Amino acid sequence: MNRDKQCALNELMQLDFRLKDLHLYLDTHPTDQRAIDEFNKTASKAKLMRENFEKLYYPLTVNDKENNTCPWQWVKSPWPWENNENGGMK
Amino acid sequence: MWNYDKKLQYPINIKNTNPKLAQFIISQYGGPDGELAASLRYLSQRYSMPFEIARAALNDIGTEELAHLEMIGTIVHQLTKNLTPEQVKAQGFGPYYVDHGLGVYPQSAAGTPFTAAALQVKGDLIADLNENLAAEQKARATYENILKLADDPDVIEPIKFLRAREIVHYQRFGEVLRKAEEMINHKKKYGIGLKDC
Repeated sequence: MNRDKQCALNELMQLDFRLKDLHLYLDTHPTDQRAIDEFNKTASKAKLMRENFEKLYYPLTVNDKENNTCPWQWVKSPWPWENNENGGMK
Repeated sequence: MWNYDKKLQYPINIKNTNPKLAQFIISQYGGPDGELAASLRYLSQRYSMPFEIARAALNDIGTEELAHLEMIGTIVHQLTKNLTPEQVKAQGFGPYYVDHGLGVYPQSAAGTPFTAAALQVKGDLIADLNENLAAEQKARATYENILKLADDPDVIEPIKFLRAREIVHYQRFGEVLRKAEEMINHKKKYGIGLKDC
């Protein structure tokens, strides 16, 4: 995996992790307005980041894509458990 | 239902194989305090949870555990990739290899296949939440044992992340339990429960 791609993916992973952590916090603190504002702010950043990554590299999810081309890209891109591309083992 | 996101929750890129370490870490895949047991425990308990924040916490923590299961599977896979027969023999990986090759099988470090006997679904709010608090602590302790045996930073970093998540989940379950006790006390005192909060 090239460096730019890995950086973009890592940045999205960080934002999505922040969302997950806020999500669990809000489950038990559903009236915390500050946390909800923080969630909303992070979600809009993550949405942009995700769209940008998918435009440049490959789809991360399937159901929200409506301009699919042949061949079906989902099977072409790497799976998260593979590390060949980014300096791992051959 | 679930949607799949083609990425891990935390990055894992292991450069050096280490089948011995993989055999320890596989316990968090299919062992008694592992991520498979955790996800099944919470996702099965959620149906009988009688109030809103309990249903949400169990559903959403159970979902995060599935992402952790994927991380552990990834670590085991990357630690055992492309092993030669010599490496398999030299690192004590032979017994596992004979049964599962380089596949990732849900078992404990001692080789016991995954069993639902390691978890409980009692259909009782207080019993289930206390089970979950203990489960998070047992998982935390297991990760700490693994950290004592691991010397590869590529493995240590994701394991530290997973250890930290156990502590966050413990915190969330504690909040749900306190709310549950509050509601039960309110019911005892006034004869009515808070319907939903």
